[in-house]
Amino acid sequence: MEGLTLSDAEQKYYSDLFSYCDIESTKKVASNGRVVELFRAAQLPNEVVLQIMELCGATRLGYFGRSQFYIALKLVAVAQSGLPLRVESINTVKDLPLPRFGASKNEQESRHTTSYSSDAENQGSYSGVIPPPPGRVQVKKGSVSHDTVQSRSSTEQQESISPVVSPQQSPPTSPHTWRKHNRHPSGGNNERPLAGPGPFWSPFTEAQTGSSAGDTMWSGHSPPPPQENWDQTTVRTVASATTANEIRRQSSSYDDPWKITDEQRQYYVNQFKTIQPDLNGFIPGSAAKEFFTKSKLPILELSHIWELSDFDKDGALTLDEFCAAFHLVVARKNGYDLPEKLPESLMPKLIDLEDSADVGDQSGEVGYSGSPAEAPPSKSPSMPSLNQTWPELNQSSEQWETFSERSSSSQTLTQFDSNIAPADPDTAIVHPVPIRMTPSKIHMQEMELKRTGSDHTNPTSPLLVKPPDLSEENKINSSVKFVSGNTVADGYSSSDSFTSDPEQIGNTVTRQRSHSGTSPDNTAPPPPPPRPHQSHSRSSSLDMNRTFTVTTGQQQAGVVAHPPAVPPRPQPSQAPGPHVHRPVDAEGLITHTSTSPQQIPEQPNFADFSQFEVFAASSVNEEHDDEAEKHPEVLQVEKSSEPSASLRVAKTDGRVEEKTAASAPANAGKGTTPLAPPPKPIRRRLKSEDELRPEVDEHSQKTGVLAAVLASQPSIPRSVGKDKKAIQASIRRNKETNTVLARLNSELQQQLKDVLEERISLEVQLEQLRPFSHL
Amino acid sequence: MAVCIAVIAKENYPLYIRSIPAEHELKFHYTVHTSLDVVDEKVSAMGKALVDQRELYLGLLYPTEDYKVYGYVTNSKVKFVMVVDSSNTALRDNEIRSMFRKLHNSYTDVMCNPFYNPGDRIHSRAFDNMVTSMMVQVC
Repeated sequence: MEGLTLSDAEQKYYSDLFSYCDIESTKKVASNGRVVELFRAAQLPNEVVLQIMELCGATRLGYFGRSQFYIALKLVAVAQSGLPLRVESINTVKDLPLPRFGASKNEQESRHTTSYSSDAENQGSYSGVIPPPPGRVQVKKGSVSHDTVQSRSSTEQQESISPVVSPQQSPPTSPHTWRKHNRHPSGGNNERPLAGPGPFWSPFTEAQTGSSAGDTMWSGHSPPPPQENWDQTTVRTVASATTANEIRRQSSSYDDPWKITDEQRQYYVNQFKTIQPDLNGFIPGSAAKEFFTKSKLPILELSHIWELSDFDKDGALTLDEFCAAFHLVVARKNGYDLPEKLPESLMPKLIDLEDSADVGDQSGEVGYSGSPAEAPPSKSPSMPSLNQTWPELNQSSEQWETFSERSSSSQTLTQFDSNIAPADPDTAIVHPVPIRMTPSKIHMQEMELKRTGSDHTNPTSPLLVKPPDLSEENKINSSVKFVSGNTVADGYSSSDSFTSDPEQIGNTVTRQRSHSGTSPDNTAPPPPPPRPHQSHSRSSSLDMNRTFTVTTGQQQAGVVAHPPAVPPRPQPSQAPGPHVHRPVDAEGLITHTSTSPQQIPEQPNFADFSQFEVFAASSVNEEHDDEAEKHPEVLQVEKSSEPSASLRVAKTDGRVEEKTAASAPANAGKGTTPLAPPPKPIRRRLKSEDELRPEVDEHSQKTGVLAAVLASQPSIPRSVGKDKKAIQASIRRNKETNTVLARLNSELQQQLKDVLEERISLEVQLEQLRPFSHL
Repeated sequence: MAVCIAVIAKENYPLYIRSIPAEHELKFHYTVHTSLDVVDEKVSAMGKALVDQRELYLGLLYPTEDYKVYGYVTNSKVKFVMVVDSSNTALRDNEIRSMFRKLHNSYTDVMCNPFYNPGDRIHSRAFDNMVTSMMVQVC
């Protein structure tokens, strides 16, 4: 509304017209059809009508709110005056005659004018003191002053006046009212079940004689319902207060059907005081019941009024609630239908009115504009960075919040997510996995894994490695990841990382997805945003995989795999080879570990393979055979019947070998160690691995590592006949495997918890979106 | 998703009963009436001493081939009975609980109204609207 200022008469007129158009009695939206009809009746050319509608913003909004309607009416007046249609003309043109609507609306207008003038007459006749106001403009003021006078006057005087007045009024007004009744029933205004003008206008005329001037004045505007008849009859019998209220009510109705004028409010406050001297106190329900029963409204209606006005549902009325209830009683007595919801102007001021935008009222449009504005800010505040970079994650920002909260609280979340990391090679480098409450060491490990996986030449500080890694892979993520990495690495504070990680995980998730195309994945397309955890779980799993591969390849002696993560040392000659492939492996791991089920079965693979490696002193072929034997087992366990499974197994063998080599102190240069039996197969396996790696994408090295580790265990008895070193190596490998498995377990549990959290949040959202909205 | 919702007073007369579709109204009335026995049985089974701890939600009272009947009783022995269509697959238990919770809240709102005499039939529009919202989803 562009600051529309209306004179009193205009306000009245427009309000009436709006009520006329307000078929659905929403008090907020005027029916389009009716409005168009009205405008057509204004006898303006169609182009002008369209222009008006456009100017007032109805076409923009799609409906005629009260402000739009008023602007439109003003524009109609402008147009009818022959002035050009401009938005500015709404306020600038002064003394604009009321818009005239011809044809069928003539009656209405004439009725309005006559009723208004009659009101003036009535006012004059009422007071006997105030001369009949010269024009309509004065009517309201006169009535207001009259009301104040009347309110102060005695009851009997008013009652006596009304019968005196009514005979005068009935002749001039009854035709109007009759027509009004005709009009309104035809208009179907308000949800009243109006049968037709006939049944009630005859009793109406009867009642009219007994009714106060309020009735006739009433006819000037909103349609009185059929109940008005008995309402008016009862009005006479009601105490003077009610009568005074009626009169006051009329005056206020022009502006806003539900607005309480000052006099009314004062009156209500006085009445409140009679029941409850303390204005800040409550009126108990019983007292209120007695008071309102005096109004002789039916209990059902009083009950409904109570429901509307007792806003906090406490069974007692505060001053505001009492005024609202009183106002509704007065309105009802004057023929206004009770609204389904409390009008905003009657809302107790204690409540945040912006939230009560659902109440249909003039401010409905404002409410509409306000609510969407409120919604986005509420979602974004906690995830500003996230929203900036990842608009698609906005919808999941709430999830992120919840997840971050939860993740911070759930300590047992393991790197389960890491196992599910997408196959993106980039995801492997993603940090965010450490979001979980997993011990910082895991974070460290993961970081190191990423670091090592991406750049093995920087074994020292993960931070150093991360930025270059990031820059290599995800430039977009780099900043985010770097931050996360910093937060994770620096403080190892789970709380910090948790809050930031989810965002980054989400970021990385999206990034990973974006990069997924680059990696030769076989996994399905990256998960949708609502499942970010899975993605970063994947990344974390990637890290895990990398951990395994790194450990095995770098002979870290489980340094990386173990909580006290030690920077991976530079690898011996083997390193370059594996290094080259490690990223690929990582990718493969990532892709492979896209589904957690794969990982779990992979573990046995690891075990198998590691066993193989440890004792595969005989020959590579034998070991390969053994591996091949175990492959089927592994494959069966893995549930993956991919033809490349064997390749993967071989790959894992290589990895396992690497790992076992790493575990053994002497394995530092397994490719070059003096251990005769192991190195040979290892070398071969490395070769095969190298060959296989480029071919196989997804197979998780982690699986292979685990399989190797597991494989080492059954092979223990065999090692009896082997070197003691081999036994020790196997023992170490087993320990390493145990650690790795334990970590895996924790990761998996963590992922499980994440998934459960996701599920919970989704369920909550679902519940919210269900039609069962809570009261 | 409920096809019938009824509020039964302590003396086992209905304060409010509404069902859709309308043609089976009598059948639902009868069903609700028979379910009162099950309610009483469940209530008495909990024991008098446990009245305070007794759970308000009674759960599935009895299923028939077409529908299931759920019960809920307040501390003032006002019973809510809800009949849901069995074809509505997987109306989970907590959904039923939430529906009863809303019913209970609306009922207390009605009670708070000083113009409502306990024991009268419930004519509150707000209560009607709430019940309608719960029953509208019947496809």
